Amino acid sequence: MFDYELLRLIWWALLGVLLIGFALTDGFDLGTATLLPFVARTDAERRMVINTVGPTWEGNQVWFILGGGAIFAAWPFVYAVSFSGFYLAMFLVLAALILRPVGFKYRSKKPDPKWRSRWDWALFVGGLVPALVFGVAVGNALSGAPFRLDGDLRATYEGAFLGLFTPFTLLAGLMSVAMLVLHGAAWLAIKTEHGPVQARARAYGFGAGTLALFLFAIGGLMVAEMPGWRIVGVIDPAGPSNPLRTTTEMVSGAWLGNYQAHPWMLLAPALGFLGMAMALVGIYRERGGLAFTGSSLGAAGIIASVGCSMFPFILPSSIDAHSSLTVWNASSSERTLRIMLLVTVVFLPIVLAYTAWAYRIMFGRVTADAVAASPDFY
Amino acid sequence: MDPGVADLSRLQFALTALYHFLFVPLTLGLSFMLVIMESVYVMTGRAAWRQVTRFWGKIFGINFVLGVATGLTMEFQFGTNWSYFSHYVGDIFGAPLAIEGLMAFFLEATFVGLMFFGWDRLSRLGHLFVTFMVALGTNLSALWILIANGWMQNPVGSDFNPETMRMEVSDFGAVLFNPVAQAKFVHTVSAGYVMAAVLVLGVSAFWLLKGRWTAVARRSMTVAAAFGLAGSLSVVVLGDESGYALTDNQKMKLAAIEAAWHTEAAPAGLTLFGMPDSVAQTTRYSVQIPWVLGMIATRSLDGTVTGMSELVLQAQERIASGQVAYQAVERLKADPKDTAARAAFEQHKRDLGYALLLKRYVADPAQATPEIVKRAAWDTVPNVPLMFWSFRIMALIGFLMIALFAGAFVIASLRRHDQYRPFLWAAVAAIPLPWIAAELGWVVAELGRQPWAIEGVLPTFLASSSLSRAALWTTIAGFTLIYGALAVIEVRLILATIKHGPDEDEAQAPAPVGAPIPAQPLAA
Repeated sequence: MFDYELLRLIWWALLGVLLIGFALTDGFDLGTATLLPFVARTDAERRMVINTVGPTWEGNQVWFILGGGAIFAAWPFVYAVSFSGFYLAMFLVLAALILRPVGFKYRSKKPDPKWRSRWDWALFVGGLVPALVFGVAVGNALSGAPFRLDGDLRATYEGAFLGLFTPFTLLAGLMSVAMLVLHGAAWLAIKTEHGPVQARARAYGFGAGTLALFLFAIGGLMVAEMPGWRIVGVIDPAGPSNPLRTTTEMVSGAWLGNYQAHPWMLLAPALGFLGMAMALVGIYRERGGLAFTGSSLGAAGIIASVGCSMFPFILPSSIDAHSSLTVWNASSSERTLRIMLLVTVVFLPIVLAYTAWAYRIMFGRVTADAVAASPDFY
Repeated sequence: MDPGVADLSRLQFALTALYHFLFVPLTLGLSFMLVIMESVYVMTGRAAWRQVTRFWGKIFGINFVLGVATGLTMEFQFGTNWSYFSHYVGDIFGAPLAIEGLMAFFLEATFVGLMFFGWDRLSRLGHLFVTFMVALGTNLSALWILIANGWMQNPVGSDFNPETMRMEVSDFGAVLFNPVAQAKFVHTVSAGYVMAAVLVLGVSAFWLLKGRWTAVARRSMTVAAAFGLAGSLSVVVLGDESGYALTDNQKMKLAAIEAAWHTEAAPAGLTLFGMPDSVAQTTRYSVQIPWVLGMIATRSLDGTVTGMSELVLQAQERIASGQVAYQAVERLKADPKDTAARAAFEQHKRDLGYALLLKRYVADPAQATPEIVKRAAWDTVPNVPLMFWSFRIMALIGFLMIALFAGAFVIASLRRHDQYRPFLWAAVAAIPLPWIAAELGWVVAELGRQPWAIEGVLPTFLASSSLSRAALWTTIAGFTLIYGALAVIEVRLILATIKHGPDEDEAQAPAPVGAPIPAQPLAA
């Protein structure tokens, strides 16, 4: 019943679930950390902000780690080509993310204001840099990466680090930051007590949300003009995972072809716009729940839009269309996909259940008084 | 391909893995010690045990975050630096990594937040449950990463597929129940238990010597003595040398550890000390205990431990067979329907990896001269003196740990915790030893695997990404800088925490008198 073609489709969808899961959970941690130095000015305010994510951010980050593991297991070509190709960018992300666990934990170990201020900026870097680079990476996936595969299927990357930054990819990076700052601001609207911190978060969030909406629209227009890819000739969706057997070509505007062929896919960008708009309404009306739901739906819609535009491509090559990685030629074997699906079906619901329980235990707004009273807070 | 890039990638991997491995074993052990301490608190309800648990929880937290931070690098480093490895074996190797995330990382990371923030929000039993979940999660993560690593040492349950030019899984059960992985798991987590017990014992001994916080110190010492004795017995008795007799490559590792240049008549003697000489292929000044090696390695009196010279001859044969497989793959690339090539491939595919060893010297393994084949066969011998000494120092520390914990166990059982000052000083001095042993254990396992990335399947020098040396030097410098700074900060914080002792720290932000109690829901 689950043949190779269907398994590949499911794993393509699960790749989306993972990215969306990461954006929705760790996304607000990144946004909150980016906002930290600006929305909170005194130590008491900063501790309040940090402790809104303190108990749960670590679990959220696992979406990122699991993303790495799942891409390795289900899409080994993508894991091999993308992370080695974006080598220095990946190092930047790792270096920034390494600062987060230590920043959260070590900041409160000493009362010295200099010590604490340094960690605040470390957390800021740990939020901003990954948000920016992830966006730039998505932009590069859309515009293709300069790699080719030889007969042994060894990937050679022919681009330089600075080549990752073009107007389009920078726009994608900026949009990712704006989207996650909005998400972080919506989180702070739910989790902090009414007062100056929340008011500032809402102000920044409103600005970021407006910018995200605007950049998403511009990005859509740019995608309509720039080259996309499409497969030429017969596709064997159950064929062996060997990219060299596919013939592809680069065509301007090809990334919008799916929306003509399958108009229902327009739901994804529509969700992106509507979600962001809903978040702005929620922030304006001081309704945190509405804002957070909106920013979640918006982020999900934006990520789904990228997936729908590119399908069946995952990582096209800008210098050798022949080497492009697609859903049909870059996956693991049928057996591995099936085993991993089974594991996911069993364990993902368990993970979601205890994650929900953890959020329930930590439910409620974090107040400055509570932070001051308990030795367990960061 | 630039061979310097593979060497630099190895350097970076070694640096980041050895650094990561400074923190992880302590997490493995300390999490279970917290479970024990907190269980006693829940059962007795005595506040002193709560204090014990919370103090060691603080140390756990400082250490845990660095394990998490440096683990991020490990999860992505296969892709960034070992791109061809990732393509070549991702079909098998990726699965345990993904399962580790799903089954273990979520568990430990979600519950660790509740462990630190949930003291007032959970019932006593609820909090104990949370602590247990953290311990379970960390230990499950060790299981899955060692299943992945065990497969690199003994790649079972998989075959090369010429259509996709990679290894693909044929029997997932065999990968899961790989005997090398099982032995490694038990050995590694036991080492973690010893590490945690040594730290707890050493710090407690220090406090007893100084006469401070003796109530907490005595309790901590008792837990450490029992836990450490069990752990140190397990780590030595269930050491993973038992797995070395399984395959040719594991045999090579064993022969290198024992500096067994030639096969001896059974049962082989154990070389206690000596000076291995790689050039003359002999071990000078060796002191041997008769029979012991044969008994440990083969669990019998008549099994032989194959020497390196004999194993190299076998490697030569496998290279010749691998050349046939390699040529067959080349023909299948040109024409997947070539039945003669397919038949030749099926017959020789087990040795394909050996032909790849020739790529260090010739672009086309089929063109290799007998001289080159011989050189490539000798490449399968790892660095013998390094193996020999690393193993001996590690094993010696293992036995010292048993002695240390046997002593501590007797003293704690007699309730004479603070009466033997030289012993207490010895316990303080022993603190660094398990770290040295653990790092050397990594060296034995992973440098002993060379020249292979996957034993018998993929040589390390072919496994790296196509990167520039400049990029490698950038990241090596970057990681060294960040990791170095964090190491200094971490050690200082742990020392400060030990110096501050288990008194609860209300000083950082004293609550004003009459401060409103925060609204919080009751624990479910």
